[in-house]
Amino acid sequence: MTEAAAPVLEIRNLCKSFGALRATDDLSLELRPGEIHALIGPNGAGKSTLIAQIAGALKPDSGTIRFLGRDVTGLGVVARARLGLGRTFQISALAMEHTVLQNAVLGAIGAGGGAYRFFVPALGMPALVARAREALERVGLEDLAAMRTAELSHGQRRQLEMAVALTLKPRAFLLDEPMAGLGADGSRKLTEFLDGLRREAPILLVEHDMDAVFALADRISVLVYGRIIATGSVDEIRAHPEVRRAYLGDGA
Amino acid sequence: MSPILLIEQILNGLQFGVMLFLMAAGLTLIFGVMGLINLAHGSLYMIGAFAAAAVAGWSGSFLLALAAALAAAAAAGVLVEILVIRRLYRRDHLDQVLATFALILIFSEGTRWLFGSFPLYLDVPEALSGPVTLPGGIRYPLYRLVIIAIGLAVAAGLFWLIARTRIGIRIRAGENDREMIAALGVDISRLYTLVFALGAALAGLAGALVGALQSVQVGMGEPVLILALVVIVIGGIGSIRGALVGALLVGLTDKLGGFLLPLLFRGFMEPAAATSAGAALASMLIYILMAGVLIFRPTGLFGAGT
Amino acid sequence: MRRERLINAALLLALLAVPLWAWAADEPFTITLATRVAILALAGVGLNIALGLGGLVSLGHAIFFGIGGYAMGILASHAQDHAPLLESPLLIEGTKSMPVIWLVAVIASALAALVIGVLSLRTSGVYFIMITLAFGQMFFFFAVSWPAYGGEDGLSIYVRNEFPGLNTLDPIQFFALCFALLAGALLLNARLARAPFGLALSAARQNEARVQSVGIDSFRLRLVAFTISGAITGLAGALFADLNRFVSPAMFSWQTSGEIMIFVILGGVGRLFGPVAGAALFILLEHFLGGLSEYWHVFLGLLLLGVVLFARGGLIGTLAGREVAHD
Repeated sequence: MTEAAAPVLEIRNLCKSFGALRATDDLSLELRPGEIHALIGPNGAGKSTLIAQIAGALKPDSGTIRFLGRDVTGLGVVARARLGLGRTFQISALAMEHTVLQNAVLGAIGAGGGAYRFFVPALGMPALVARAREALERVGLEDLAAMRTAELSHGQRRQLEMAVALTLKPRAFLLDEPMAGLGADGSRKLTEFLDGLRREAPILLVEHDMDAVFALADRISVLVYGRIIATGSVDEIRAHPEVRRAYLGDGA
Repeated sequence: MSPILLIEQILNGLQFGVMLFLMAAGLTLIFGVMGLINLAHGSLYMIGAFAAAAVAGWSGSFLLALAAALAAAAAAGVLVEILVIRRLYRRDHLDQVLATFALILIFSEGTRWLFGSFPLYLDVPEALSGPVTLPGGIRYPLYRLVIIAIGLAVAAGLFWLIARTRIGIRIRAGENDREMIAALGVDISRLYTLVFALGAALAGLAGALVGALQSVQVGMGEPVLILALVVIVIGGIGSIRGALVGALLVGLTDKLGGFLLPLLFRGFMEPAAATSAGAALASMLIYILMAGVLIFRPTGLFGAGT
Repeated sequence: MRRERLINAALLLALLAVPLWAWAADEPFTITLATRVAILALAGVGLNIALGLGGLVSLGHAIFFGIGGYAMGILASHAQDHAPLLESPLLIEGTKSMPVIWLVAVIASALAALVIGVLSLRTSGVYFIMITLAFGQMFFFFAVSWPAYGGEDGLSIYVRNEFPGLNTLDPIQFFALCFALLAGALLLNARLARAPFGLALSAARQNEARVQSVGIDSFRLRLVAFTISGAITGLAGALFADLNRFVSPAMFSWQTSGEIMIFVILGGVGRLFGPVAGAALFILLEHFLGGLSEYWHVFLGLLLLGVVLFARGGLIGTLAGREVAHD
């Protein structure tokens, strides 16, 4: 990765306050082509608020967000998704009454912009179903396609979240704690998967699982009280005095 | 147009507004604290009116009638809360709408069965009947002034209750965090019953007060209920202050619109057409007001923003 | 699932067989009852698209029912009085032709649903319920206070409107028309539910954030659903007015909205044939309980309360099991 490559996602001087609380405080961040950029920070650091602003669910007070070179600060969730921002949620957001396949097909419908077809069964449209099945296969859910989503285990739901994001063939991934609650085996598999995924599109990875972060991240940013106190490679971050202080309370 | 007529209409609007406030305050409290939409609130209004009319007819005392209205509506509220409403707090709004709609059917037909289909009449008490002369030479019915005074007094009392008393603190806490106050040892289901009874009593009071101005009959509650819902949409759900402002706005808009629009239309239409067009538009005015508020503030004037 | 299909087929057959039997036995009143079932079920099918599929708890569907009714009433009254609706800038005459009336009813109620949807779908949950209820009341009071078309008293039409090639005065032929439209609407609803639109709409009911984050605008989705829903209920309103040869502000009343919702709920919300089962049950109750007691609404209320508190799947849910179809 060269310095010259234009960032896919570029956040400049973002601010967001709730009353007296500065949840995002003059924050700047880049996601470059081909990288996994991990965002870590203690609870209450403002990660959720930041993700909501990047996804378009929350309007920042000031600052800009550029995606693929375009200013998207004024755009909402739908428009950003259509531009190619694929996200997963910290708490699985799925249509629980639908089958696994239907959830994946929903992603394919969104990707194709074809929600306003009224007469042909969605599951009878080969292009949609193929795209959905391909994504399910990649996360290993192809055998459960006909199962009701509510009956999936927690880990399987996380996989389905990932599959829905894949159906969008996004230009960047925004993954909110994908490892949460997965267990050792699940985490290891997902780590392998994400390792390959970065070749398709860069990943902004918000994660608590430090093993996964240290194994995957090209760069890490550390968020504390709404500010990024350090950005750098895994080794740089491990050695960074302010990070040690924030996490370990080191009296450096 | 004489200023005296205009002032009269403003007073009518205020009287209508405080009556709507009595309804809307209970609805918005119940929604704010328990998250419940109660369509049967209009039935409690009707029960108050019927109880007042029945007791006034039997005893001749208006005060006794008012007390009966409060007691009957509160009792009906407690009964319904314990038997039905309690099962609905954790249900979605659709279930709440349906179950309380079912209660309307039961209450309305039950009342018709008990009292028959003919309207009852409740007389304005002797001491309050007849007009008084206000400064400026305006003669206005004393009873309507008393309604305005009672409504404003209730509003003040509610503000005091919510802001200053232990119950009020619990109510506010209940709005914010049910689990927490239950964990702190407050008997949440007693609190809910109490809030529901309070809302019911206010509705019963409104029904009894208005019962002396119009006939007391089955079906009188629902139009008022729907207007009270409009008030809440305008004022913002859960806000007593919003309910007061919204109620006065709706009351004034309705009465002044009904008075001024036909006059306005007479400026460029023949009188008969102006009267009917004005009346038709006036009947829609409060809903247009609601639509306007929705466009600019979807969560109401005093509602929590999203 | 298979059981639900059997029940659906049985319902449809019964709705067809009863009036045919009544026709053979020369019992026109029974045919009229079946016609009412078909029309009210059609109104319910309309609501079910918004409510069952989209999760939009509309307590204002009487608006569209009433608009359909008045579309019929206004057009037919001008035709029977031989007075044009409009002379300038262009001449618009009344009509007695059902297809034209239906088209006007569908377009007018779709437009109303579009405007009301734009205003009310900006909000959600309990606000949406209150606002749709309030707009219904607005139309009701407008109909009461607008004297041109009968005001409070409503409008009577002396002769039923005409359909090319049929004698609509014959109860069984009019029933056939209503039944055909109901079948068409059910087919439309079935297709819609399985199409990408229906999939996205019901996903938005279950999890709005999910739908938004795959780039589908849930507001637009719901607006389209609400508009289709309003149009179908509007068509039912035109038929209902034609059945009674009468329209009045009561078609706009909140009770009407509540009753349309009751059809959907008694039958089973989100079930394709829920409105058919619900409307049939409603008419049966009205007919038999209404014959027993003047105060039959008490029993209707108790039944509804029981269904809401204890049997949430409604009639079809109770008979066919909880699972909603998933193919």
